[in-house]
Amino acid sequence: MTQVLEIDRLTKGFSLHHLEKDIPAFEDISFGVAAGEFVLLKGANGAGKSTLLRTLYRSYLPLSGEIRFHSSYGLIDLARAADVDVAHLRRTEIGFITQFLTARPRVSAEAIVAEPLRLAGWDSQAALDSARKALETFGVKPDLWAAYPTTFSGGEQQKVNLARALILPQKLLMLDEPTASLDANARGALVARLQELKDQGTAMIGVFHHPDDVMHLIDRVIDLTPDAAPEEERDDV
Amino acid sequence: MTLTLDAPRIVETRPLLEVHGVSKSYGPVQAVRNVSAHAYPGEVLGIVGESGSGKSTLLRMMNLEEIPEAGSYTLDLPDVSGNLLELDRFARRMLCATKIGIVYQNPHLGLLMKHSSSGNVAERLLVAGERSFATLRAAATEALDASEFPLDRLDAPPIELSGGMQQRVQLAKAIALEPALLLLDEPTTGLDVSVQALVLDTLKRLQQDRQITMVIVSHDLGVIRTLADRVMVMRRGEVVETGLADQIFQDPQHPYTQQLVHAKL
Repeated sequence: MTQVLEIDRLTKGFSLHHLEKDIPAFEDISFGVAAGEFVLLKGANGAGKSTLLRTLYRSYLPLSGEIRFHSSYGLIDLARAADVDVAHLRRTEIGFITQFLTARPRVSAEAIVAEPLRLAGWDSQAALDSARKALETFGVKPDLWAAYPTTFSGGEQQKVNLARALILPQKLLMLDEPTASLDANARGALVARLQELKDQGTAMIGVFHHPDDVMHLIDRVIDLTPDAAPEEERDDV
Repeated sequence: MTLTLDAPRIVETRPLLEVHGVSKSYGPVQAVRNVSAHAYPGEVLGIVGESGSGKSTLLRMMNLEEIPEAGSYTLDLPDVSGNLLELDRFARRMLCATKIGIVYQNPHLGLLMKHSSSGNVAERLLVAGERSFATLRAAATEALDASEFPLDRLDAPPIELSGGMQQRVQLAKAIALEPALLLLDEPTTGLDVSVQALVLDTLKRLQQDRQITMVIVSHDLGVIRTLADRVMVMRRGEVVETGLADQIFQDPQHPYTQQLVHAKL
């Protein structure tokens, strides 16, 4: 399988200057993710699962180590890549799903979902058609497509969020508890879409409170608990 | 101990705006000290810092209102070349009118308060050489409409308008000539919160529809978080930190930035 990501001795900690304190998050983490592979991060609260995802996405700056990403432009170390390159890759090849939608006032659900396609250069009508299809898949009623999600319930907002985050197939996708606050139908749609992306070769790293939802997608489990066995193969699934 | 970032390797376009090593003093006070900044085409650069950090002075340098004692300033545009700080006054004025738009915190700085709103916007076009009344009126109306100004108030002078509407007139004036660069100096400071949200939303919409390069200065981190792709933190005339907006807010490195981010409610 072709490698998409090689994480090499990655270390992250936070220096809180006002407390004159260094807080370690994780140390010397190394593992790789191949195209179409789904890696589940596990570990107790505070083991650094979400911190690792945010470091890979470069919302956090690592202290040392490398994050070698096989982009369509060649190999690039995300730990040291220029901000503008990271911003570009986030628009085109690297996705991140959280459980929160950042709804903007006066922007319709379908426009929010279509935006990643428009930014990637799609024609606006084609982007809108795809966005509506995605909303339908996640079970958002057609009446709501042109409405503003700022007024939606948490569950409906999350459906819009997922439709948006998953609309553009990416090389690498980080998932930070995306199933929180979803009903069973939307969870089913999410898993189906993830399977589709996996089959198309998207590499995924996820944190799930209830991994049962995605059990059959998981290829490998990485335990971030310090001193845990480095990884478990999941040949049984 | 943090990693030093590489030069861009994927993005090959040059920055639209580049300021290099600019400094400015007012008497004994050094307002800006050896500052460099850049913004890529279509990017929104946010500059944060407390009062007196030099952020507004830097923005006025970008608008060629303040000329620094040292350094260079370039805009990568088809018919613009060289260090803009060396232009004569006439060339400077023409460049500002046609390539750069600015919105000030205080509408009195940007508008003639007793002239009609549409006249304020049309004045921009007059400076650039447009003379036909019909064209002026149509272009001014178009710009005001894009700024979400109510068109039944075209002839009202800004002095009769609310703060939020005055900012929309400034914005319409700033974008009337479709500038390559839009500068915003505390554009929503002083507006009440709901009006502020609407003005920010208009800015965001314009930015997305027109892919306009923006530099926004604010001491309000919420404003910067809403709009900026990249953030530069200034203190006492110097840049202490730059980074992707989410990184600056979630993982600030410099003690001053940490203090600033943690002080936010």
